[in-house]
Amino acid sequence: MAHTEAQSLRRYVGSAERFFWNRHAAVRIGDLASGTSLGGRLAQLAGKSVLIAAGSQLTTALALVELDGVARRLTILPPDSDPDHFAAIVAGADIDAVIADRSSAASAALDLPIRVVACAAEIMAAERPPVASRATEWVMLTSGTTGVPKMAVHTLAGLTAAFRTRPIEPGIVWGTFYDIRRYGGLQIFLRTMLGGVSLVLSSAGEPVGDHLDRLGRHGVTHLLGTPTHWRRALMSPAIHKISPRYVRLSGEIADQAILDSLRDAFPQAVVSHAYASTEAGVAFEVRDGFAGFPAEFVERSRDGVEMKVLQGSLCIRSPRAASRYLGAAAPLADRDGFVDTGDMVELRGDRYVFAGRRGGIINIGGLKVHPEEVEAVINRHPQVRMSLVRPKVSPITGSIVIADVVLKPAADGAVNELSRVKGDILKLCRDALPRHKVPAAISFVPTLDVAATGKLARRYG
Amino acid sequence: MTVKLTIMDQMEQIAREHGKILAPLSDDLVLLDSGLDSLGFAVLVARLEDKLGIDPFTASEDALFPVTFGDFVKVYENGAH
Repeated sequence: MAHTEAQSLRRYVGSAERFFWNRHAAVRIGDLASGTSLGGRLAQLAGKSVLIAAGSQLTTALALVELDGVARRLTILPPDSDPDHFAAIVAGADIDAVIADRSSAASAALDLPIRVVACAAEIMAAERPPVASRATEWVMLTSGTTGVPKMAVHTLAGLTAAFRTRPIEPGIVWGTFYDIRRYGGLQIFLRTMLGGVSLVLSSAGEPVGDHLDRLGRHGVTHLLGTPTHWRRALMSPAIHKISPRYVRLSGEIADQAILDSLRDAFPQAVVSHAYASTEAGVAFEVRDGFAGFPAEFVERSRDGVEMKVLQGSLCIRSPRAASRYLGAAAPLADRDGFVDTGDMVELRGDRYVFAGRRGGIINIGGLKVHPEEVEAVINRHPQVRMSLVRPKVSPITGSIVIADVVLKPAADGAVNELSRVKGDILKLCRDALPRHKVPAAISFVPTLDVAATGKLARRYG
Repeated sequence: MTVKLTIMDQMEQIAREHGKILAPLSDDLVLLDSGLDSLGFAVLVARLEDKLGIDPFTASEDALFPVTFGDFVKVYENGAH
């Protein structure tokens, strides 16, 4: 099928008076119709596999608008990416060009044939060079894996399927606490583009109070955050500066307490929690104010999205799903086209509730932790026999990491100095792991359960 | 150690561990300005459960969102009695 510019993101630029705002800049989106943030180098990027490694979400947003339909492939580097994985990402996605900005990680100075330093703060007037239009692959990186993230391949059509047919609603102003380089945040960026409205972006390092103040000044009506973002916002004295009429949660499982608190804080607003994954796309949105989702969602197809529960795990077949992983041996979906999310659900009455992740993966404010990765570090301590890392429910971040540790009997009958060993283990973890993976608490236990498989017995979150 | 001193002690320790600078802890200090972020508070609540034997946030029927350091201490003092 021939691809025309009419199918690319650029067609939605329009001429309306609307903006991308961050802490430092206001960019009139319509200026992209006859201008560029890419310093006149768009033609060079035609047909290329481009890594968006900008430090700022604003640069990212503009580059996506300019390059969809132009680049062969756009790979979006999430903000907390491990520089050790850059080489594998470049190789895996056949990257031949990188978009950076002044706030890119220094380590993103990759050795690539094309390097464009974008400037988001100023759209330079420029005639658009004639470039062949093509269907660009959008590649999102997953956060749920140890080692190099998996790269899920999407199309603009799939990414926008949940809202493409929605009528344009003037008067809406979107805001997001959630980074647009993650699937949930990207949904809102795209919804803004297609909806012809403005978007208030977060800026790295901005205090919550300042951000809320900005959201209020721009008159945000629709606002997205993870439950952790929202709990943090509710702890700010500046919370009264916003009065959204649509409050959206995604990226983590929303519990009843946060839904109730948001209803109390914004009685005029619809409080909605969405379920999505980088692989399966947006599956559903729950607007009735209750945690979990109605069982009938599983029983029948909705908007082409089908769900089933297989051995406790939610599986999704959807036109919004990614088509494949780049370079991976394992397929993204099963033979019938269902993506296994690994999110465990339990039926309680007429509702499914989320019961944690298969394999004990822990979600801390949207960042996933594999227990095995933390256990491997703890087990390096010479006095540790084995350890079990598990989630503990946290009223702040949904979950935190805690560890149960079995020590070896101390040599020559001496007694282990528990507090010293605990301190040593924590130091090992702090030296080897990012902050969110370091156990908040360590308990010494006499033994750990081992399942019939010979593996540690793990319960779901 | 009083509840308040335990909280201060733990906040200082977590700030050190997380490489953050803790603001002087007065009752009217806005918690979000204290120097600890969401993860820092999550760790604090977990550690205080160990030290004080309560997690008033999870135990409460209503979600509690203290704004100042003084509010936060009160939540624990009320929970401890």
